[in-house]
Amino acid sequence: MSSIPADLKYLESHEWARLESDGTVTVGISDHAQSALGDLVFVEVPEIGKTVEKGAATAVVESVKAASDVYSPVSGEIVAVNEALSGSPELVNQDPYGQGWLFKVKPSDTAELGQLLDAGAYEKVVEKEAH
Amino acid sequence: MGHKTPLFDTHTAAGARMVDFGGWDMPVHYGSQIEEHHAVRRDAGMFDVSHMLAVDVTGARAREFLRYVLANDVAKLKEPGKALYSCMLNERGGVVDDLIVYYLSDTSWRVVVNAGTRDKDLAWLQRFAGTYGVDIRPRTDLAMVAVQGPQARSKVANLLGEHGAAALEIKTFYGRELGRYFVSRTGYTGEDGFEIMLPAGEVAAFWQALKSAGVRECGLGARDTLRLEAGMNLYGNDMDENVTPLESGLTWTVAFDPSDRDFVGRVALEEQRKAGVARKLVGLVLEDRGVLRSHQKVVVEGIGEGEITSGTFSPTMERSIAFARVPAATGDRVQVDIRGKLLPARVVKFPFVRNGKVLVQ
Repeated sequence: MSSIPADLKYLESHEWARLESDGTVTVGISDHAQSALGDLVFVEVPEIGKTVEKGAATAVVESVKAASDVYSPVSGEIVAVNEALSGSPELVNQDPYGQGWLFKVKPSDTAELGQLLDAGAYEKVVEKEAH
Repeated sequence: MGHKTPLFDTHTAAGARMVDFGGWDMPVHYGSQIEEHHAVRRDAGMFDVSHMLAVDVTGARAREFLRYVLANDVAKLKEPGKALYSCMLNERGGVVDDLIVYYLSDTSWRVVVNAGTRDKDLAWLQRFAGTYGVDIRPRTDLAMVAVQGPQARSKVANLLGEHGAAALEIKTFYGRELGRYFVSRTGYTGEDGFEIMLPAGEVAAFWQALKSAGVRECGLGARDTLRLEAGMNLYGNDMDENVTPLESGLTWTVAFDPSDRDFVGRVALEEQRKAGVARKLVGLVLEDRGVLRSHQKVVVEGIGEGEITSGTFSPTMERSIAFARVPAATGDRVQVDIRGKLLPARVVKFPFVRNGKVLVQ
């Protein structure tokens, strides 16, 4: 069973979002997503300063098998990207909710966070996919 | 649900992630595809290849039959047990399948074909069988395991009891019947090793014994990265019925000599050769970070365009490699369109990796 931390918000497309104390939102992919993708070998992160829309393809994670888009859970400006992933994409597999984060967004509309799935709702999405 | 090999329950019990491959439910990896890849390059790994089909071809005119249906010439096989890689072509010179044929005796041959093409191949063989009075028998009673890597042969031999010493004497690209097993020194990884055919009912115990001997379970994911590094084509990706071996890096597998041997597709290939082969299959190494994938567009400046037929991240080289079908005049540099960006790639000779060593820089 994959891990789904209760304090995070999720998209049906398997991204997680965490509201930080500085008001930014950290984004990554879920444990379920990294496990389904398999060993990651390349991560393309967005440019800092770029404006993104909620639901827009913002990063790309590539496993040995395939390339997958990562969608931004909120609209706003990219204020940080995880530089460590360019040399160590496997961090996403090893620690998807910690060192494997992808980018940080300064949200333009914090109300969008309320529209995301909570851990319970996301767990149902994962369960449904397994069947 | 797809077809299942006799090892299906073994794979799921081991936690394998299963995927559809040519209509078969097969393991893609058992946890880490990259670790499985390294196990084969450095030690020993095993693959369930029971979805592939062995077909026995028997009859007084079996050699004559195979000389007609295969583009390579089985008359090259002088010693029983010797194997030959060949394409089977249609009349247009397109590739119906690629296969390995073993010479067992003058009247008995064994052909091993791909999983996704087995029904088509059987029908194709049957189409010509009557003329030559040969019997075509699919050996669905057999399972097949490939054990590959520098330690593969010794680990297999240890499990074969009285046949162990005989197994170690098998030369590269030969096969031999050892009791109920047919053991061949062949593979699809660029490493030394064996492929073993055995009764389907015995394969689960054999697999377990290999695992206990330290042979790592490997899925189709690692099989694909290993064969790409080894410069070996995959049917359906790198060639199919619409391209000829001459456009697929497989000219070396077509026996034009002797010139009086007729084979299916010969006329079309000779015409193509005379007119000039317009495209070729080459190896690519991506210079930048990123991953080459099949169907990405290849841009050859001043010459034209091509397409990637197979691409991946090479775990051994730690960079992306690919096969691409490009204009024949392509030199040593191309660009690949990855999500709208043109990234430079170098054209290299196959293979990329063999026997654990990187051969391209």
